[in-house]
Amino acid sequence: MIKKCLFICFSFSLGIMNTRQQSKLIYSWYGKPLGSDRKLRTSHYKGILITSESSKTETCIQLGDFILVEGVNADQPYVAQLVDLYEDGAQHKHAVVQWFCRLEEIPQNQRKMLKRDISAQEVFFDQVLGYDTDIAAETIIKSIMVIPLHLGEELPVITLNKEQTFYVKQSWDGKCFKVLSPDTFSKLKEANKTRGVITNSSKASIPSDIFTPVKKKTESVVRSATKPKKIDMEIESKHSSSKSSLSKERHSQRMANNDIKTPTARKKLELNSPTRSKGRLLGYEVLGLLDDDCDATAPLEQSATKRKVKFTNDILGSPPKIPCSDDKSKSTTQSAEHHQSDIMRLSPYTKVNDFSDEDKNLQEKDDVPSLGGYQSSQSPVVTPRSRRRCVQKTSALIAEQISMLDQEDFLSDSDSSYSLSSEEKEDDDDDDVPCTPEKKTKSNRILSTPKSSRKSAVHTPAKTLRKTPLKGTPRTPRNATPEIPRRIQATQEPASVLEEARLRLHVSAIPESLPCREEEFQDIYNFVESKLIDGTGGCMYISGVPGTGKTATVHEVIRCLQQAAENDELPPFQFVEINGMKLTDPHQAYVQILEFLTGQKVTATHAAVLLAKLFSTPGPKRKTTVLIVDELDLLWTQKQNVMYNLFDWPTQRHSKLIILAIANTMDLPERIMMNRVASRLGLTRMSFQPYTYKQLQQIVSSRLKGVKAFEEDAVQLVSRKVAALSGDARRCLDICRRATEICEFARQKRAPEMVRMAHVTEAIDEMFSSPYVNAIRNASLHEQIFLKAILAEFRRAGVEEATVQQIYHHHVALCRMEGLQSPTVSETMAICSRLGACRLLLVEASSKYLHMRVRLNLSQDDVMYALREE
Amino acid sequence: MHLARNYFWVQKILRERFCHHFCAAGKLFGMEQQYRHLLELLRRTTVHGESNSALVIGPRGSGKTALLNHVLKDLREMTQVRENLLEVHLNGLLQTNDKVALKEITRQLQLENVVGDKVFGSFAENLAFLLEALRKGNRTSSCPILFVLDEFDLFVHHKNQSLLYNLFDISQSAQTPVTVIGLTCRQDILELLEKRVKSRFSHRQIYLMNSFDFKQYIKIFKNQLSLPAEFPDEPFAQKWNNNVQHLSEDKAVQDVLQKLFHHSKDLRSLHLLLMLAVSAVTVHHPLLTAADLQEASRQHSTDSKANIVHGLSVLEICLIIAMKHLNEVYDGEPFNFQMVYNEFQKFIQRKAHSMYNFEKPVVMKAFEHLLQLELVQPLERPSARAQREFLLLKLLLDSSQIMEALQLYPNCPTDVKQWAASSLSWL
Repeated sequence: MIKKCLFICFSFSLGIMNTRQQSKLIYSWYGKPLGSDRKLRTSHYKGILITSESSKTETCIQLGDFILVEGVNADQPYVAQLVDLYEDGAQHKHAVVQWFCRLEEIPQNQRKMLKRDISAQEVFFDQVLGYDTDIAAETIIKSIMVIPLHLGEELPVITLNKEQTFYVKQSWDGKCFKVLSPDTFSKLKEANKTRGVITNSSKASIPSDIFTPVKKKTESVVRSATKPKKIDMEIESKHSSSKSSLSKERHSQRMANNDIKTPTARKKLELNSPTRSKGRLLGYEVLGLLDDDCDATAPLEQSATKRKVKFTNDILGSPPKIPCSDDKSKSTTQSAEHHQSDIMRLSPYTKVNDFSDEDKNLQEKDDVPSLGGYQSSQSPVVTPRSRRRCVQKTSALIAEQISMLDQEDFLSDSDSSYSLSSEEKEDDDDDDVPCTPEKKTKSNRILSTPKSSRKSAVHTPAKTLRKTPLKGTPRTPRNATPEIPRRIQATQEPASVLEEARLRLHVSAIPESLPCREEEFQDIYNFVESKLIDGTGGCMYISGVPGTGKTATVHEVIRCLQQAAENDELPPFQFVEINGMKLTDPHQAYVQILEFLTGQKVTATHAAVLLAKLFSTPGPKRKTTVLIVDELDLLWTQKQNVMYNLFDWPTQRHSKLIILAIANTMDLPERIMMNRVASRLGLTRMSFQPYTYKQLQQIVSSRLKGVKAFEEDAVQLVSRKVAALSGDARRCLDICRRATEICEFARQKRAPEMVRMAHVTEAIDEMFSSPYVNAIRNASLHEQIFLKAILAEFRRAGVEEATVQQIYHHHVALCRMEGLQSPTVSETMAICSRLGACRLLLVEASSKYLHMRVRLNLSQDDVMYALREE
Repeated sequence: MHLARNYFWVQKILRERFCHHFCAAGKLFGMEQQYRHLLELLRRTTVHGESNSALVIGPRGSGKTALLNHVLKDLREMTQVRENLLEVHLNGLLQTNDKVALKEITRQLQLENVVGDKVFGSFAENLAFLLEALRKGNRTSSCPILFVLDEFDLFVHHKNQSLLYNLFDISQSAQTPVTVIGLTCRQDILELLEKRVKSRFSHRQIYLMNSFDFKQYIKIFKNQLSLPAEFPDEPFAQKWNNNVQHLSEDKAVQDVLQKLFHHSKDLRSLHLLLMLAVSAVTVHHPLLTAADLQEASRQHSTDSKANIVHGLSVLEICLIIAMKHLNEVYDGEPFNFQMVYNEFQKFIQRKAHSMYNFEKPVVMKAFEHLLQLELVQPLERPSARAQREFLLLKLLLDSSQIMEALQLYPNCPTDVKQWAASSLSWL
């Protein structure tokens, strides 16, 4: 009971998180362990069953099958080939895969090497080292087709099942594209063929197979799995392949319930789930339940043989070319669902009766819309199967609507089905079963396709809409490329030594090395490197006053790491940078990170959800992400949730996220962060000390290496001056740059000139001298007298504040002493406001006129100094 | 007829010169060094693709915008520069926040998210778009961009100073070459920049100080009044210019100019004075005289509040005098109508011979008129509940202004004048 309640709560919360209908997937092994390793406590299997709870479908994926694996981007699951399946000691299901990569996964700049257009369905045989090929089995979505082609070959035109079939022509090893080696080619071909062979054999041996479904069913019920049947798997793969939207569905589900990792836990929930389905499915479902019970009690009318024929049809997976009659079209996916429900119930009674019975029911009653006749007083046995009716019914309605459209598609279905169709028909004839299996298969198809389309529309409206650029509307520049026009005339290269020096001294010039930060560089490098190698996450906080080379050092570290990754010395990683100052709002950080990682453009809230999902689930093919957060203090919000999330993600087990946070203040975590944020940030901190004069000198001279433009003493003077003031390397470089300009101005003839002490001194004076003294000296006479009057008034009153009226009296008195005509009040007010605009004075709003209060914006001594010199 | 056309031209040329201060056609005075510095800076930006940032600082009317316009005009005439520079002009009074400023930048750069005059996308998208665009560029291939931020001090008050941070950051990194020129009159501008913004600013400051002396001032005066050589009627221009030369040597004119120079060195006040003088020139008054300038100077320097007093009634003058006495007695403390009325009553009862004893409501009316003229100002906003008689007020006139105004006041009764001179005279 408690469990139920919990489950209700849980499903309720799911409903909030995303309003899509959730379907649970259960992963179970197919067959018994092939072999096990005692030491590692692993056991290997040859296939895995994926059971979807909501749609009652079961999929079996075998070794060698091609599969889709959940990826970063829900719309673009990864393509892979299943190589191995095993369960480890902790009961976790694992799969080992051979990856294929899509065009989108290849870096933009390297795509050019292909020199041809790539269709969306083409993938590359992935030989990039460093991807984890060991994935959690739960991330498998479904099986697909990957067909190897020769380089020159055209892609076969296929209208149906486009999303299920991929083609591979070349391989990609992270640096270049290669034609598939004959070995790989044949292996891939082989993998496809085995599928084909299975299908063929199962069909050919229909007589012998007659009994197998029964056996198989019982087997799966008891989970003994002594004799795994290929047929079964085929059914599943067929089902799954027809469900194109499965991945999305799963994706949303994943997002919601990533807490449930272990299949066992999920299974438990499944068993309790009827409560939920009842609540959701309302009338239909209840009817369905009743229906089931009727079925169960109804006398057997049809033999198991008939049933089997149906299975074989499913097995064959051949979409029939024969137009079918409507009334039969609804027997649908029963077979698969039965398997599933069997497993779920773990009930020992034979299903055969049930099946046939149901079949009959379906055949007879399908066209009757009201199921009221089935009402009975029996208390419904709660089974997961109960949803079947509802599924049937809704899907049937849709099927009717679009069956016309689909019919055409089926005619052009995959080649294998063509060849098989004739045999199939013969089989049917032999059996003289009233209903032709083709119809069923067909309706099956019809049903599933519309369902999927509907689901995708309902489930992921935001995503699909967002992803498609509005090409139809040219007015909105959605696809505008950010670009500044090119210049028309070429830039001039530096002609003289001074120009060359100036170019090198520009802050933007990237030096070959970063002198004086070797220690910090090494620390950061080691930190990131170790995390990269471990495949874990972590945070580092870097502080220091502006212009001490924090960002430059971090960028240098990243550059070196990228170099190392390119040389295969380190696992590859993604590098994302955000800057608090370059965001309009702290929450935009999510949007930018997500856009960097996946290219999706979503709102901030949605991005936060997606990122949280991304970093909390084990992404099989995901590289480690190195995230630089510059100007961290600007990500501060009232609730600090942005900072909290940023520092919480690296602590998650699967995040593979390394954060380098940069800010100015050393005690930022203590000062502005809440405890829980600061605690997640951890204690890995580093602070960049301001440069000493020796370091500054080294920085300048390393940049000027080989250019004889500065006197040694001049550089030293600048370094000492800047080190004494701020230790800001930018300032130091700016002064030197200015000094070269002054030197250029001073030099009249074309003689080569060095930057000397005099030039540097002038540049320093220009940058650091207080502008006030000069401003006062160049003020008009009455402005100076006004300042004197202020000083006099301050001295008289002993307060550093006076009204204009008081100052005016002093002003008039001073003018009399100097023998000048005294100004009118209006003129005095004008003087006052002029000085106020320059901020030599601080003045109140001018509406107070004579009573406006005035203060000096600099010390009285400065004013006296400036005025006395005259 | 011919003469009339000449005067039309004189007025047109000189008025344009006096009104369009920023116009690059005029001349620059006393800022050759700054001009060279700025020109060289911008030339390097365009020719070498060097990023820079600079502030032009100087008091109002010192010619900051004029300097920049001159530099830009000369820059555009250089062959290596033509069509090679994108300009973005922003004004702190117009772009009051980063959102507006960003849209304006995007619009002026005509990036691809601009259709017509509309900029698409949200604030965040625009910022990301612009930064991405600028980041993509590099020194050698992208067209340099000049950002001119007029009223730079107002940009400092934008949230987080993120626009300034980004502009300065681009100018200090290897992206699209960018030069940021800020124009401001505040001397303390650097103290307003946030530390990381300040660190990214190159600390290049170009100061304009009006640092010329009186001799140069006279030269400027001559220069501003002279007619150009291309004036259609050459003999007339000759005559006019000779007269200007005469004026500049005239003692009276020099006195006028000296007085103005002492008050304010900026050229705008000179222009204002000359404008007043030139307006007097007509066919019947062919040449500018010293008297014209003196008259203009008088108009220029009159006290506005004292002018208002001249138009008051005797009763209102009496009230002002009463307030002046109250100010003297209570040392500038605020007063209310009742106090003023009592003071006025004392005067009427003991001293006045010519004044009629007005009733209180009449006096109140006069008092309210003074309030409306803003010769007195309430200390706080008048509320509906407080009685108007007891509203505390302050006089916005200085006693010297009142005495001066009384001297000039036509037909002022003698007893009022005496009362004004001393509040104790009635004793």
